Amino acid sequence: MTNYVQPKPYEIISVKHETDIEYTFRVATDIKPEHGQFLQLSIPKIGECPISVSEQGDGWLEFTIRKVGKVTDAFFEKKAGDVLFLRGPYGKGWPMDEIRGKHLFVVAGGTGVSPVRSLLNYCVKNEGFVKSVSLICGFKNCESVLFKSDLEKWNEKFRAWFCLDNEEHEGFHKGFVTAYVDQLPLAAVKEAGEDYAVVVVGPPPMMKYTGIELLKNGFAEEKIWMSFERKMSCAIGKCGHCRIDEVYVCLDGPCFPYTVAKDLVD
Amino acid sequence: MSYRLSKQEVSGLFEKLSEKYDIYAPKRVKNAGRYSETDIIQYAKISDISEVVWDEKSTYPMKEVLSPIQQTIFYFTEDEYRESKGKTRPMLIFARPCDINAMKVQARIYAGNGGFVDMYYQRMHELARYILMPCSGGDDTCFCVSMGTNTTDDYAMAVKPLEDGMLFEVKDEEFAPCFEKAEKAEFAPEFVKENELTAVIPEIPDKEVLNALKKHPMWKQFNGRCISCGACTIACSTCTCFTTRDVIYGDNPEVGERRRVSASCQIDTFAKVAGGGDYRTTAGDRMRYKMLHKFHDYKARFGESHMCVGCGRCTARCPEFISITVTLRKMNEAVAQIRAELGR
Ligand SMILES: Cc1cc2nc3c(=O)[nH]c(=O)nc-3n(C[C@H](O)[C@H](O)[C@H](O)COP(=O)(O)OP(=O)(O)OC[C@H]3O[C@@H](n4cnc5c(N)ncnc54)[C@H](O)[C@@H]3O)c2cc1C
Ligand code: SF4
Ligand code: SF4
Ligand code: FES
Repeated sequence: MTNYVQPKPYEIISVKHETDIEYTFRVATDIKPEHGQFLQLSIPKIGECPISVSEQGDGWLEFTIRKVGKVTDAFFEKKAGDVLFLRGPYGKGWPMDEIRGKHLFVVAGGTGVSPVRSLLNYCVKNEGFVKSVSLICGFKNCESVLFKSDLEKWNEKFRAWFCLDNEEHEGFHKGFVTAYVDQLPLAAVKEAGEDYAVVVVGPPPMMKYTGIELLKNGFAEEKIWMSFERKMSCAIGKCGHCRIDEVYVCLDGPCFPYTVAKDLVD
Repeated sequence: MSYRLSKQEVSGLFEKLSEKYDIYAPKRVKNAGRYSETDIIQYAKISDISEVVWDEKSTYPMKEVLSPIQQTIFYFTEDEYRESKGKTRPMLIFARPCDINAMKVQARIYAGNGGFVDMYYQRMHELARYILMPCSGGDDTCFCVSMGTNTTDDYAMAVKPLEDGMLFEVKDEEFAPCFEKAEKAEFAPEFVKENELTAVIPEIPDKEVLNALKKHPMWKQFNGRCISCGACTIACSTCTCFTTRDVIYGDNPEVGERRRVSASCQIDTFAKVAGGGDYRTTAGDRMRYKMLHKFHDYKARFGESHMCVGCGRCTARCPEFISITVTLRKMNEAVAQIRAELGR
């Protein structure tokens, strides 16, 4: 019988310090997740937690982890050559069929950039997968900016707005991501009679207000997707922690169509 | 086929069955109750048929046999998570219809939801056979008839104890050889047709009514009453939630166990996440979450039935005397009010 919660050991290839409290761990593994899916990461003695795949390549996956508590703290003790335990991938990722061949709009905030990073880099590497990418990416301040070299690349390839909540800095706008939604080139896409998809991910209040702002600016509800974060313990629809109404975030999400997400009240 | 066995034959039969099976039944634990000199009745392995408690509802549900409150799922060292070994002996479990029906709910979640069959549940489920025991109508907290869980045909044998012996209906061929020499009898199990309590489940026609019900002031009254102890969910026949925890052994910090421990949605840490997520912060929010899971969300996902078998254990166990049937009545009133306001 398959044991779906069996963690297996994999070696850490490298650890990159993004900020003081966010590190990216590259782990050697043949697991091939979809963009937007997550895995369960374990450290014996400490425990287990869900972490999104922030980038993937031949024989490795990257996880960008923010230090917030018991398990995540323990990851920060780990170095290249150490072992992490993984199981997964789990959940539904970004709807690649709904994105392919269209214009892609992405609004991401903070660690929320992590679950869209591999999708954005996929668009960079596979020219023609989408017609264009427009990206609004927000961080709290200078110290909390993640994926600096990716940001440079995205700035070259995409239309990008990078912003900091409450700080002036070169290369960044000041203010919340919601303030730039009206600058997304939706009108041009519509005029050309072309189709689009929108992806939103970040802290819950950011997603809520971005959703409202998108609708206000004429984006269609059924073309928006969001990624949810909830407490999880099993990732296979058994433990109940992630449930909202009849939906299990670990099974039916974390990526949801907005039409489903907007009615989910915890 | 049905049979009548004498007292002596019954003892002999269960003695023989226990060579192959571990036999579980509701069993009295003296002075273990909440108040002094009160007992609890809990599922446990029995070594003699006289240990079965026939005339009283068990304090805790039968599900504990298959999914215990706490179980070790892995043993770990620095470099390995090793799966715990499961039971190998098959089990015969004495159970009433509500408890047997509750196992369907357990199976739909543990062995169905999302297409993942949980190995820890499944390996126990495959070893379990049920002996249907009679129910005289339960107590003043039961409402199985309202939930349609008062009957079942999902059992290997049904029994009825008599003054001088026991009646048996044998459904599962596996047990037929034990009755080759037994006296045939007319016997079919009888089911409860009426409880003292009845419950009506409100019809929630759409998301708009659902979300209006979530905001209804009725839930606020629980903020002052419910102490979020989780006793109701621990006693519940159908609740399945758990948390995973790593535990190290005191004398050797490099080895330990990963355990699965029952969790309760009534306790405030159930949904708490790091980094800003703030869900269901009041006792009222959590009561609403539990009630809607039992009487709406589960059915919305799986179709067939509601996630409550009307066993009444939650009402019986609540230290604050919160009754699930009274709460249901309030829900009905709130839904009626909302539907009238929204015109549906
Ligand atoms: C699908 C999914 C993908 C995820 N992807 C990532 C990712 O890519 N990177 C990443 O870093 N994280 C990600 N997370 C979040 C990550 O799983 C949690 O941060 C992690 O589980 C925390 O575990 P911990 O043991 O370190 O924290 P804990 O020791 O559990 O500490 C946090 C605990 O402290 C309390 N607490 C802390 N902060 C708060 C608060 N603000 N409000 C209320 N209580 C609080 C709570 O009890 C909480 O459980 C993801 C989560 C999900 C569900
Ligand atoms: S909710 Fe209450 S009545 Fe229903 S199955 Fe659970 S304990 Fe029994
Ligand atoms: S309803 Fe009663 S048993 Fe359940 S958590 Fe509240 S006080 Fe405890
Ligand atoms: S994480 Fe356990 S049910 Fe979703």
